[in-house]
Amino acid sequence: MEEKVLNLLEEICEDDAVRDDMEINLFEEDLLDSLAFTELLVAIEEQFGIVISPSEVERKDVETPAKIIKLIQARS
Amino acid sequence: MSFFGSATFFMVMGLLFLPAIGLGVMGRSLRGYRTAASVLVIGLVLWPSKLQLLWLAGFYILEFLLVKVYLKLRLAQGDERKTAVYRLFLVLCVLPLFLSKLSETSWGPSLSLFQFLGISYLTFRAAQMIIEIYDGIIKEVRWLDFTDFLLLFSTFSCGPIDRSRRYMEDGNQVYTRAAYLELLGDGLLKILIGVIYKFILAALCNKGVVFFEDPQSFLEYAGYSYCYGVYMFFDFAGYSAMAIGAGYVLGIKVPENFNKPFISIDMKDFWNRWHMTLSFWFRDFLFSRFMMLAIKEKWFSSRLTGASIGFIVNMLVMGAWHGFALHYILYGLYHGLLLALTEIYQKKSKFYKKHKKETWYKRVSWFVTLNMVMFGFLLFSGALI
Repeated sequence: MEEKVLNLLEEICEDDAVRDDMEINLFEEDLLDSLAFTELLVAIEEQFGIVISPSEVERKDVETPAKIIKLIQARS
Repeated sequence: MSFFGSATFFMVMGLLFLPAIGLGVMGRSLRGYRTAASVLVIGLVLWPSKLQLLWLAGFYILEFLLVKVYLKLRLAQGDERKTAVYRLFLVLCVLPLFLSKLSETSWGPSLSLFQFLGISYLTFRAAQMIIEIYDGIIKEVRWLDFTDFLLLFSTFSCGPIDRSRRYMEDGNQVYTRAAYLELLGDGLLKILIGVIYKFILAALCNKGVVFFEDPQSFLEYAGYSYCYGVYMFFDFAGYSAMAIGAGYVLGIKVPENFNKPFISIDMKDFWNRWHMTLSFWFRDFLFSRFMMLAIKEKWFSSRLTGASIGFIVNMLVMGAWHGFALHYILYGLYHGLLLALTEIYQKKSKFYKKHKKETWYKRVSWFVTLNMVMFGFLLFSGALI
């Protein structure tokens, strides 16, 4: 599962830095913006069957790869 | 008497603060008192125009019924949520605002429907609830919570636009004496800052706006847009600070609306700093949802095309929300185009990727952004068209 999420992030952020640092702040590092964030939500829905709505999570809850993985684990 | 606009208002607000402070210091719940105080203040402000009060009452009942009925239907649907029903309720929820804006135009049918102060901001709050009920993240709506959230008097006419789940968490919280005193201190300070912004700094900038009124030359236009832009900031950020501060005194940590917008280094940065509660609302409830639908349904050949159209649609609606006048529509279109161009430039340009972290680049980018922002205010002011 973790691997799948990292693959997703790598594709959406277009940067493999997400693999090296699980605590990297995706918004501050310009890896994720509101557009890429919506792509991530769609991908999570399609690949894991977990529906997360854009207003449901705050930016600080999904700002690192580790937090995103934790969120998906909590929902599945 | 008008909201934060007259001595009487500040006197009434000061008097109404006293029992709230008493309750807060004693560690008691503020919810019931706050709601009653809000109804009283709104009643006093709108009293000279009974028609506005009637429209507000009608709007309030309609939105409450829509939220309650839709919640009941949605809960019955479980995991099989019906998009058509949701869209119907959302349209009904926004319809009063649409009719109200239509009534304000010179070209539209001569209606005067839903003409009352605050409808633009109230609609955001109700629509957000409908949308999140559909999402399945609002599962319960109580009458007192709804009334408290919709009608908080300090944010009634001009925001900031809070979110219901966040608001109700604050609203139902009972603070300890220490926590309340801290909130009170912060709140009073914010009100003071707001007063300085709005009644001193904005008033000064307004002298510049008046000085450059009816600009003819390029320099006069530049002077006008800079004065108007800075005036807009102090006026609106000041108003917001007072509204936020009053919210704090009443136990609600109303979200911030401005974060040093004039230091923005690109247009996306600007919209993360200017009228934040509005732009975040549009981001979460229009842009994101439009993009998700577009990605799922594969409407556009490339993600960049999709994003560009998403930005333009988003900002056009934002512009139209200010009113259906041509200069508001152009203002929205202008910002939509700028965001789309920013997106394309940042994704495609090697030059950008190479230099974006260098100081000289940031300075140039800041200067260009500032001038684009100021031109936007010129459009918004209606002085150009």
